[in-house]
Amino acid sequence: MFTALFGSVEQGIIYAIMALGVYLTFRVLDFPDLTVDGSFVTGAATAAMMIALGYNPILATLMAIVAGFIAGCMTGLLHTKGKINPLLSGILMMIALYSINLRIMGLSAENAIVKPNIPLMNADTIFSQFQSFWSSLGIDAALTSFVKDSLGLQTAPGTWGTIFVVLIITLIIKFIADWFLKTEVGLAIRATGDNKRMIRSFSANTDGLIVLGLGLSNALVAFSGALIAQYSKFADANMGIGMIVIGLASVIIGEAIFGTKTIFRTTLAVVAGAIIYRIIYAIALRIDWLDTSDMKLITAIIVVLALVIPQLVDKRREKKRKEKRRMERLDQQREFMQGGDHLA
Amino acid sequence: MLKLEGINKIFNEATPDEKVALDNINLHLAPGDFVTIIGSNGAGKSTMMNMISGALTPDFGAVTIEGKEVTKLPEYKRSQYIGRVFQDPMAGTAPSMTIEENLAIAYSRNAKRGLRKGVSRGRRDFFKSSLEKLGLGLENRFNAKVGMLSGGERQALSLLMATFTKPSILLLDEHTAALDPSRAELITRLTKQLVEEGNLTTLMVTHNMQQAIDLGNRLIMMDKGQIILSIDDEKKPTLTIPDLMSEFEKIRGEKMNSDRALLGS
Repeated sequence: MFTALFGSVEQGIIYAIMALGVYLTFRVLDFPDLTVDGSFVTGAATAAMMIALGYNPILATLMAIVAGFIAGCMTGLLHTKGKINPLLSGILMMIALYSINLRIMGLSAENAIVKPNIPLMNADTIFSQFQSFWSSLGIDAALTSFVKDSLGLQTAPGTWGTIFVVLIITLIIKFIADWFLKTEVGLAIRATGDNKRMIRSFSANTDGLIVLGLGLSNALVAFSGALIAQYSKFADANMGIGMIVIGLASVIIGEAIFGTKTIFRTTLAVVAGAIIYRIIYAIALRIDWLDTSDMKLITAIIVVLALVIPQLVDKRREKKRKEKRRMERLDQQREFMQGGDHLA
Repeated sequence: MLKLEGINKIFNEATPDEKVALDNINLHLAPGDFVTIIGSNGAGKSTMMNMISGALTPDFGAVTIEGKEVTKLPEYKRSQYIGRVFQDPMAGTAPSMTIEENLAIAYSRNAKRGLRKGVSRGRRDFFKSSLEKLGLGLENRFNAKVGMLSGGERQALSLLMATFTKPSILLLDEHTAALDPSRAELITRLTKQLVEEGNLTTLMVTHNMQQAIDLGNRLIMMDKGQIILSIDDEKKPTLTIPDLMSEFEKIRGEKMNSDRALLGS
């Protein structure tokens, strides 16, 4: 159980980068961007293709980020220049990317134009590269003996290096996001999501800012996809299905638990939300009568509940408040009546 | 400073709803002019403001700001020169951002936005001293989200944001109309103060005749897409509401549409 949860936390931290991307569009720009399902795979496909061709995994990951950025900008252009509704722009781009992703993966094969997946079984990845450095530090042995002896657990994860490296990457991205959203451009992007008319009257090009915001968001999503491909040593054309809903679930769960008082806190909440989502996922998979394929349904239910429950709670609270006021008023009236009797 | 030459605009052209919004408008503002604009609903006041700000483009005619023709310039580029306050107190600020963040956005109006910190220490001092001028105590609520402010406070903040970078033109589109009388009075007073301090070239649309008479050095009256009356700075100080009413009757040969808002209080 511990190892399974450990794996979920590792994955959750990687998916957190995608969730930060979704936060950027869904919350900051107020743009429900469905490109995510496609651009996640674009990131994975680009990185896997380049790694399979023998390129350096860091370069491959950087190219994946660029590919995601371009995909996001395209969605932005469809919406701002093509005047297409935001949801439809994202759906169109998502569908277009499905074909493009097959083509990207096809580049790794000599005898095919398209390819539905790329295995990276023995390939060099960011994680395997880091692992050789990490092993030389000898931290694994120390931590493993700690969980086995002091915590009394039977099993320990194979390595602690992966969680360490993904945590560092995700935290760096989180801090960059915090910083960026407070720069002049960042403030203008936030205002674009908040009040377009206002920010236009302060000489900001809202079209350009929307394109930039979508580009950055999908760059993060593709980054996450590239890391997941390297983590699971596999890229697949269908690995992005439902990704936007997972991103939303992470954002909503995180915000509900940790609050949104400041940007610093909100981005932290989104990261935590992504990890919590993965843990819920892992636990749900351990229930006997559930199948892996039920997970999409469960994700949808989690998002629906996360959206609906706060409304119900608010309503209930208001009802209680009103009821309390009614009782107080009744008490007052009764007192008044008694006072009247007294006089008479 | 601002020149409108032969501006024409027709809405819904060649349909049964066709409406002439602006009919050959010519207007010239010298630096420091403060012009108030009155007229009944549908007279073309707001359309004219939108022509200047770039939210609408004229069918033909030219808009010139500081000697530079801007007729085809998109709204966001033109707003480098133009400060605007809208009628809706919600329209001029970003509600989910803090007071200082809103001010930082307004502050970057003239400059290209980059990756500098929006609210730096130096700017914060400047924001503070600017807010103090409003006298509403907003300087002590720097990190409050603007959505938590009252309508009057938001409108005062909008006014400050529109003026503190000293725009070439200030456009006020019935910016006190949505406020209760005491708040409207406060905003009117602040408008006067900020325009005088910055010596800003200003155009103000109002439904309130008394306000139009009290503020500014010039007044124009619009009707059916035309400027039908223009009072210059010599005659303006002695102008009264009955004067305006009788002028209107003389020009149009009909009684002024005595809609309640037009008379004001």
